[in-house]
Amino acid sequence: MSWTPEIALIAALVIPLTGGLFVGLLGKYPNLREGATLTAAVLLAVNVAYLVSVTGERPELIYEIGSTGLSFGLKLEPLGALFAAVASGLWIVNSIYSIGYMRGNKETHQTRFFFFFTIAIAGAMGVALASNLLTMFLFYEALTLSTYPLVAHKGDAKARRGAAIYLSILLGTSIGLFLPAIIATQFIAGSTDFTVGGLLNGQASPLVASVLLVLFAFGIGKAALMPVHPWLPNAMVAPTPVSALLHAVAVVKAGVFSILKVSTYIFGPELIQAAPASNWLAWIAAISIVLASIIAMSSNNLKRRLAFSTVSQLSYVTLGAMIAAPLALLGAALQIVMHAWGKITLFMCAGAIYTASKKTEISDMRGLGRLMPWTFGAFAVGAFAIIGLPPFGGMWPKLFLMMGAASTGQLALIGALILSSILNVAYLLPIPGRGFFDPAPKEGLKQPGPLLVVLPPVITAAGVTILFFLIGPLTEFLAPVFGVEL
Amino acid sequence: MIELLAERFNYIIVIILMMTGLYAVVATGNLVKRLVGLSLFQTSVFLLYITIGKVSGGQPPILPEYSESYGGSNAGETAMAAASPAAEAAEGAVSQGEALQNTAEAIYSNPLPHVLILTAIVVGVATLAVGLALVVRIRETYGTIEDEALNQADYAAENARRSA
Amino acid sequence: MEFLASLMPLPLAVHAPAIIVVTPLLMAAIAALMPNGRLGWVVTLVSTVFTGLLALSLIVDVQSAGVIFYAMGGWAPPAGIEFRIDALNAVLLLVIAALGLLSVIYALPSVADEIAEGRQALFYSAFLVCFAGLVGVAITGDAFNMFVFLEISSISTYVMVGMGADKDRRALTAAYNYLVLGTIGATFFVIGVGFLYMATGTLNMAGMASRLPDLSDSRVVQAAFAFIIVGLGLKAAMFPLHLWLPNAYAYAPNFVTSFLATTATKVAFYTLVRFLFDVFWPEAPFVAISFFWVFAILGIIGMVVASVQAVFQDDARRLLAFSSVAQVGYMMLGLGIGTAAGVSAGMLHLVNHAMMKGALFMALGAFAVRFGIRRISDLNGFGQTMPLTSAAFTIAGLSLIGVPMTVGFWSKWYLGVAALENGWWWAVAALILSSLIALAYIGRMLAAIWMAEPPHDKTGGIAHARAPWLMLGPLWVLAIANIWFFFQPDFLISLTNAAAEAAFSGVTR
Repeated sequence: MSWTPEIALIAALVIPLTGGLFVGLLGKYPNLREGATLTAAVLLAVNVAYLVSVTGERPELIYEIGSTGLSFGLKLEPLGALFAAVASGLWIVNSIYSIGYMRGNKETHQTRFFFFFTIAIAGAMGVALASNLLTMFLFYEALTLSTYPLVAHKGDAKARRGAAIYLSILLGTSIGLFLPAIIATQFIAGSTDFTVGGLLNGQASPLVASVLLVLFAFGIGKAALMPVHPWLPNAMVAPTPVSALLHAVAVVKAGVFSILKVSTYIFGPELIQAAPASNWLAWIAAISIVLASIIAMSSNNLKRRLAFSTVSQLSYVTLGAMIAAPLALLGAALQIVMHAWGKITLFMCAGAIYTASKKTEISDMRGLGRLMPWTFGAFAVGAFAIIGLPPFGGMWPKLFLMMGAASTGQLALIGALILSSILNVAYLLPIPGRGFFDPAPKEGLKQPGPLLVVLPPVITAAGVTILFFLIGPLTEFLAPVFGVEL
Repeated sequence: MIELLAERFNYIIVIILMMTGLYAVVATGNLVKRLVGLSLFQTSVFLLYITIGKVSGGQPPILPEYSESYGGSNAGETAMAAASPAAEAAEGAVSQGEALQNTAEAIYSNPLPHVLILTAIVVGVATLAVGLALVVRIRETYGTIEDEALNQADYAAENARRSA
Repeated sequence: MEFLASLMPLPLAVHAPAIIVVTPLLMAAIAALMPNGRLGWVVTLVSTVFTGLLALSLIVDVQSAGVIFYAMGGWAPPAGIEFRIDALNAVLLLVIAALGLLSVIYALPSVADEIAEGRQALFYSAFLVCFAGLVGVAITGDAFNMFVFLEISSISTYVMVGMGADKDRRALTAAYNYLVLGTIGATFFVIGVGFLYMATGTLNMAGMASRLPDLSDSRVVQAAFAFIIVGLGLKAAMFPLHLWLPNAYAYAPNFVTSFLATTATKVAFYTLVRFLFDVFWPEAPFVAISFFWVFAILGIIGMVVASVQAVFQDDARRLLAFSSVAQVGYMMLGLGIGTAAGVSAGMLHLVNHAMMKGALFMALGAFAVRFGIRRISDLNGFGQTMPLTSAAFTIAGLSLIGVPMTVGFWSKWYLGVAALENGWWWAVAALILSSLIALAYIGRMLAAIWMAEPPHDKTGGIAHARAPWLMLGPLWVLAIANIWFFFQPDFLISLTNAAAEAAFSGVTR
């Protein structure tokens, strides 16, 4: 039997699910269990790499549910392939890191942790490959539910409270706003399929489209557009690998990816630009970007600061989607990739610092860089990437977003982007700066953290640097979706 | 107005009985009295059915050639005749449907409501029996049949369980 | 199925509509004579299997013949009583037969646990009487006969609810209050039927239907309509006439609750549909008004208010009981939309709700058999203690919320689509609001089951238990049905569409 694109689509879901099954079964043998996680991660990455290589064929699998007119379907297109590639690629790195972190901190319930982790990855793959809104919604909710036990992992009152907020905001927005928008889309267009050029384009008036756009923008709560962002800082009670992969990559990126996909394939750039709401939403995104950066600056807890930084960076994608010019959309898509690599680096560094020194507050980290040079070095690289300095991948999305905003004449938005970058400098750079240049703490450290915890952020930091030079192939891959002329 | 009411005075009786019964159900906290009210309420409906079955001047619906062999028919007839003024008012509506069924020339009262109400009485008796049986069990368990006392007993038990 | 039907001896096939009612009634007497509960259960099982097969053959017949008429005792209507089965009540027959059979299989361990040994046979006897009554309501074509069957099923229900007193004395007062309100409802209904009889001179529903359109201005007919709606609304636990339901469901024996929740209110809902669309006709001014002002409005208020009440319950079964009131609201909304699509969606929810609520109550019963739980806090950690039962409970709970991949999604989807076709976007908003509240109360239970730490036994380990197979079997059949019919919805949807069509085409020949 040869490996066809259709089989690979199914395999993208089946591999992590099977991995989860084995993780559950092998719970009593930690080494075998971790072996199952890593095997699944590698197999998935290979499978997704294959999918990326056949994206041009646009393979699809549709299951019509009886004669109800609804269907479940998987379909491969460049945006989804890109998201799947980012999530699956980083899953390998993160798996290694998780193993080191969970063992290094002697966490309990590790089987449950790895089990739900693989399920969450399956959910992210489903979101990436969904061919219509209904399927996407289903996997979106699966992702929410499967990450709930991860957020509540510690099981104490604080973790449960954080997890309850996490769950109620994500479920509330998705059922209360996202689902009605899907129902309305089905009702207006008779289908919810992602269609090149926009399903609703020509079928909905700009006014109706505005209402729907607002429903989608806030209903997809994972995109953390203010004011539906509080779930993200609250999710930081989770162990750091969860924050790293899920709340820098899989979950939040599933949110902004959904927004990007909805605006590209459900509305289409023309309809978005015609809808008055897109302008307001762009402004809400811009305000989110700046406001979240300011809140980040005032947080002394490292993970909380990174969380608000994420809120801010996610809104770049929403902003790009709402500007809806080809270059802005391209920038938004690139932001998904670049921010994922940059932010996971930062989170993994935060976890490495915690594992080595048990420190969570930024003010306690002075001089630590001298003791943990690799970790703080990787952190600096991640920070540069988030800020958008060359030669790190984070530069490209900001550039394209600004060019996109310029092409539609929304110059004020460019100002917001520049302001945000300055704020990024202000809240990210002092951490490695103080780490390296302040004197090392007297008590010292026994060791600079286990290898399994320190190596992954170094790898991703290298990755975000390499991505700077891979911009050519990336744009080539994405250009046809947005009609960018190279 | 008075004439109008007099014509329909069977309805007036039915309505008075019905409301008395319903009021008793709502107003009393005694479970047995409540069942009395319920029975009154049901009985008023039986009366409604029976009175609308009477056709003015109608005889008991027994075919003439058999009527002599049934000794009781005469007594029944007189009883019906005595009741007839009360039932006249309702005759109009029913006789229309009645005409479809009566093939014989003589005018008969409609027997169907009586049959129905026999069934309904059985239902009513069964309900009453189950209701009284429940009251007996409630009395055995709680030692009271007053609604308020029952609520208090349950409330106190719940509180005791919670504090325990 | 057709093959099965062809195996049936001819007299049985011809008289099936009568036999299907008479069998459980007669067997009830036999069950009452049985010396112990186990034998009583065998008798009950045999008769429900038999009636189930008869129901199946009738449903097959309906699908080929359209409508089955059966004159009781050979007396043709209008003098005699007619049984009449079309696509609308075939759905009900299917629900009653299937859920009845599943509940009976489930009953043995549950009843053995909750009812005193000496009364078990009598309990099964009461169940069979109730079962016969419900089947009778579903298939009769005579309005007064419908009242009689309604009361047959109700009176035996009061008895069964009262028998919960072995576990909780509040069952007695719950049964008593149910009896009072149920009797008032039935009496209202019979007053309405009496008025219709005055106006039309017949008790046959088809006969009434053919004469009523000429009488649409008659006060008598309008009063009859009001009385019938209130009476049946009480039986169906339509908000705000639902006050009897929460306590009755909460304190009845578990088996009774799962049976009642899946069949009794469903049958009452069916009678409402039958009267609104067939005996009366939807174009009549007073009926048309009631769609919006009574059914849609009260349905929506019911589904929101009762859901909110459910959130604040401590007792697990009372919570689900309030949820049932809310679910009746969904069905009423479907009815109130007043189009074929709306009725079809309402009927679809009727079937789906039977599947999900049946599974939920059965799971609670399974928990109760092993650990005697009542309150939500008692459910802590059951995901580890009784994983199989908990998993089935979870599936059914998700279905109740309306999550895709479970059949509950289709209920809400079709209700939403039917409402939007009427331009009732606010009804969709209410649907979603109510689903969110359902998420809250089901979430509470699921959080207790899966997230809380299980109680530890004396040795410090976690107590493990499995419900008896006789309980797990029906429970999982329902849980799997909740998923299966999401992926294969055509069967259900064609059934309910045919039912709605039958409702709209009326009962006149």
